[in-house]
Amino acid sequence: MTAKFEYLLRLGDNCLVLSQQLSAWCGHGPALEEDLALTNTALDLLGQARLWLSYAGEVEGEGRDEDALAYHRDAHQFRNLLILEQPNGHYGNTIARQFLFDVWHQQLLSGLCQSSDSRIADIAQKSVKESRYHVERSAGLMVALGDGTALSHERMQGAIDKLWPYAHEWFESDAVDAQCAQEGLCPVASSLADPWRGSVKAVLARAALAMPEGAGHQKGGKRGLHTEHLSHLLAPMQVLQRNQPGAQW
Amino acid sequence: MNAVANPVSREVLFSWLAHVMDPEVPVVSILDLGILRDVQWLDASESTAVVTVTPTYSGCPATEVIAQMIREALHARGVSKVEVRTQLSPAWTTDWMTPQGRDALRAYGIAPPASRAPTPDGSQVIDIAALMPVKVIVPCPQCDSRKTRLLSQYGSTACKALYQCNSCLEPFDYFKPH
Repeated sequence: MTAKFEYLLRLGDNCLVLSQQLSAWCGHGPALEEDLALTNTALDLLGQARLWLSYAGEVEGEGRDEDALAYHRDAHQFRNLLILEQPNGHYGNTIARQFLFDVWHQQLLSGLCQSSDSRIADIAQKSVKESRYHVERSAGLMVALGDGTALSHERMQGAIDKLWPYAHEWFESDAVDAQCAQEGLCPVASSLADPWRGSVKAVLARAALAMPEGAGHQKGGKRGLHTEHLSHLLAPMQVLQRNQPGAQW
Repeated sequence: MNAVANPVSREVLFSWLAHVMDPEVPVVSILDLGILRDVQWLDASESTAVVTVTPTYSGCPATEVIAQMIREALHARGVSKVEVRTQLSPAWTTDWMTPQGRDALRAYGIAPPASRAPTPDGSQVIDIAALMPVKVIVPCPQCDSRKTRLLSQYGSTACKALYQCNSCLEPFDYFKPH
């Protein structure tokens, strides 16, 4: 299994898992506009997941397409970051998770636009434009809710504090990250830490929210060591294809 | 189905596709939207037309419908084989929308996209703090008033935001710069 294949799975699984999470809000958003915005974000991420996973399947060269990778792998074979599989919780939890991810994702995709692999660069150039809207929106909501009422402030601070331990896995480099960075496929994982902290700090300050101390310690998603939440998330997503393999519309 | 009369030029192929409308915004053709990138014959025998399109958004559900509409439009002209290729790079931008397309959008009640401001150094990294609150003046497509406000960054589709006019009070879609 090549490092490039593993890296592409990580990119694709991040988008797929978060898309599935956001889809659960469809019809349940706190306001119609929020409902539309979150499901549109989910759609963008699903499109990105398809592009990454299709390419992953081609790189692997064993005949697996995007559907095979999405529907016929078990939780331990997924490579998404742990933060993305954390429960939706209340709306503030969902927005806080989105914000922390969007800032990193936007900066990562910007870096991937310079990838030595032209297909990766192409997908990144497509995706980075979408991620700009995602981060604008989630940052705006952080300010609106963080600097809102006493209750919304309290809930947003709670959401950030709860997610913080998970919000650093993306900066840690393992053998796959190191090799891909060396080949020029992607930026060095740790190089995104300072820009991320800078942006998050600026938005949290405007949101009247305290930035938690320290760096996160929860990790393992990139290697397939997941929290219990992922299986519960994958079950409804995969059940049809597991029962009726190859079923089509 | 009749065989195509030879020779059919690239320009003619383009003109045949100029009537394929975006299924979500049926007043704008795929040419005016800027997503039709190229049409040409695969080889000298002129039996297979290769159409290159670029998606607006990577998750846009209209993409597959558009590919089907392209095939049908060319089949109707007697082209027996049509191959629709998707090209991601260079990524689609609303700056490729034609003036006719922008006018058609406005007439349809959708505010056309502002020109996309390039980032100072050409990179895609954005200064999030500097962006808030998002300040763009979007004139109302109904009454031309510049007093409008953003209701939601996302409207009925990912490519549109929802605005409301403070003068005539009509809500309207804004085709976002991309």
